[in-house]
Amino acid sequence: MGKPLVVLDNVSYQYDSQEDFALKNVSMKVYEGEWLAIVGHNGSGKSTLAKLLNGLQFPTEGSISINGITLSEDTVWDVRRQVGMVFQNPDNQFVGTTVQDDVAFGLENNGVPAKVMGERVVDALSRVNMESFLDQEPHHLSGGQKQRVAIAGVLALRPSIIILDEATSMLDPRGREEVIETIMKLQQEESITVISITHDLEEAARANRILVLNKGEIYREGTPEEIFQMDEELVRLGLDIPFPVKMSKQLSEKGVVLSKYYLTEEELVAELWTSHSKM
Amino acid sequence: MDISLKNVEYRYQNNTPFERLAISDVSINIESGQYLAIIGHTGSGKSTVLQHLNALLKPTKGTVWIGNREIRAGRKEKNLKEVRQKVGIVFQFPEHQLFEETVEKDICFGPQNFGVSEEEAKRRAKEAIKQVGLHEEILSKSPFDLSGGQMRRVAIAGVLAMEPECIVLDEPTAGLDPRGRKEIMDLFYRLHRENHVATVLVTHSMEDAARYADEIVIMHKGRVQKKGTPYEIFSVPEDLLELGLDVPEVVRFQLKLEKAFNVKFGKICLTAEELTDAVADYLRGGTPK
Repeated sequence: MGKPLVVLDNVSYQYDSQEDFALKNVSMKVYEGEWLAIVGHNGSGKSTLAKLLNGLQFPTEGSISINGITLSEDTVWDVRRQVGMVFQNPDNQFVGTTVQDDVAFGLENNGVPAKVMGERVVDALSRVNMESFLDQEPHHLSGGQKQRVAIAGVLALRPSIIILDEATSMLDPRGREEVIETIMKLQQEESITVISITHDLEEAARANRILVLNKGEIYREGTPEEIFQMDEELVRLGLDIPFPVKMSKQLSEKGVVLSKYYLTEEELVAELWTSHSKM
Repeated sequence: MDISLKNVEYRYQNNTPFERLAISDVSINIESGQYLAIIGHTGSGKSTVLQHLNALLKPTKGTVWIGNREIRAGRKEKNLKEVRQKVGIVFQFPEHQLFEETVEKDICFGPQNFGVSEEEAKRRAKEAIKQVGLHEEILSKSPFDLSGGQMRRVAIAGVLAMEPECIVLDEPTAGLDPRGRKEIMDLFYRLHRENHVATVLVTHSMEDAARYADEIVIMHKGRVQKKGTPYEIFSVPEDLLELGLDVPEVVRFQLKLEKAFNVKFGKICLTAEELTDAVADYLRGGTPK
C-alpha cells in the first residue's frame, strides 16, 4: 500500500437544519494509488463525506488532511487542485459548448497558458477514449460519454485524487460499464487514486477496498471479498449482495459443496466445473 | 381502462428543418390490470412512447386510444384533463418537480387541479403518504427538508393521490439504494395486484422487467422490435444481446454454466431460486429438465 493521501481524523458534520449528525466520528485513510469504494444506504452520509473531501463543506468537528495539507478555508483552493470531483448528473456538469471547450474550462479557470492548454485537453480526452469527439456538442453524446468528458475535465487539471459521487447512477448499463472501465484503466495504468461513492455493488466489487457507511458512521471496512461475506448483514444495512455471492450461498444451501462464496460469475462457474463436472 | 397505440408515428419539430423521426409504426396494447415493461436503449424511443400514454405528445401519424378517448394525428385535442387524471406518470427523478411549501400541499396540488375538494384531497394525501411508507407527520414538513429517498416517495404519493387507473413509471428507482429500490418496486407491484392498477414500467433493469412484468416490449430504433412474456423474451437471449441489451443476471449466469458444462437446462430460469434448483438437480446426476 502506498502512503496515505487522505487522512480523516474524527470527523463529524451536522447540517444547520438537522438534529442528527450526518457524519459521526469518521476516521479513515485513503492510500496513494488505491481505489476505495464507499457504500451505504441513502442518507448514510456518503455524499456529505464527498463534499467534505473537496472543501465544499467543512467538518463541524475533527480534521481532514489531503496530501499533507490540512483542509481549511485558507487551503481549500490548494486542496481542490489535488482533488477532482465527478458528480451524478451528466447534464448538470457539462459547461462548454463542445467537448474540447468543456475540458478546457477548468484549465482556463486555473490560468493555464493557451499553448499548454490545447495539449492537455487532447491528452486528457485520449485517456478516456474521447479524443475523436473534440468538436462534438453535448447533446450528441450519450450519458456515458458525457461522464467520460467530465472525467477528462478533471484529469486535465492533473489531480492526485478523483472522487466519483454516484457518477454512474444515472447511466444506462452500457454507459455505466464505459465509465467503470475508464476508471479501472486510470487507476491500474496511471496509478490515480480513486474514491467512488456508489450503490452499485458490481462497481464496488471492482475496488481494492470498500468502506461501508451506516447512519453517518463507519460500519465496516475491508476488501470486496471480506465485505461481501457479510451477506444478510448487508441487506439489513439497506444494501444488497452481488449476484454470484447470492448464487453461491443458495447452491451451498441446496447441498452443492463450494469452498467459498464467489465474487465473480467466472470463478463460480470454474469451481462448479472443476469439482462437479466429472461426477 | 385499456390504452392502445395503433401505428403511431411521432416526429419532433414536425415540418421544420429540425424534424426528427422518434418512433414509427408503434402498436401496443395495455389492457386494464396488466403490467407491461418497455425496454430498450437510450434513444430507442421509450420515452416518446411513454408521453403518448397520457397525450402529453400527440401522434404525427396513427391513433392512440386512452379508455374511450381517441387521440388522432392531425386533430386539435381539447379537454385532456380527464385523460391526464386517469393516467399518472412518474417521471425520472420526480422529486425535481416538488415545489410546494409543505408535503401535504404538494400532494394535494394534483387532485385539486382536477377538481377534487380540499377536504378530499387532504384525505387522499394522508392515504398516499402511508402507501409510500412514510409517516403522516411528514405532511406538515417542507419537501426540501427531506432526504432524497423521502422526496422521491413524496413525489410518487402526489401521483397516487390522483387515483389513476394506469400508472406509468419511467426508471422510478434510479439513484435509490438497493433497499429503497425494492421497496418502491414492491409498492407499485402491490398497487397493481390489489387495486388492479394497470402499470407500465420503462426501465433499463432486465431484472425488474423479468420479475414484475407480465409482458415485455422491446423498442429498437423507434420501432417495436419484439413483444412477449418474460419467458418468451429471455428464452432467446441471442436476440437481446444482438441489440446490445442485457439479459437478467440470472439468465447470463445460466448461459455461462451451460457453456462450461456443454449442456442445456431445457428452460431459461428467471429467478436465482429456479436456477439453483436446476443446477442442484443437474449436479446430482438428474437429467436437465
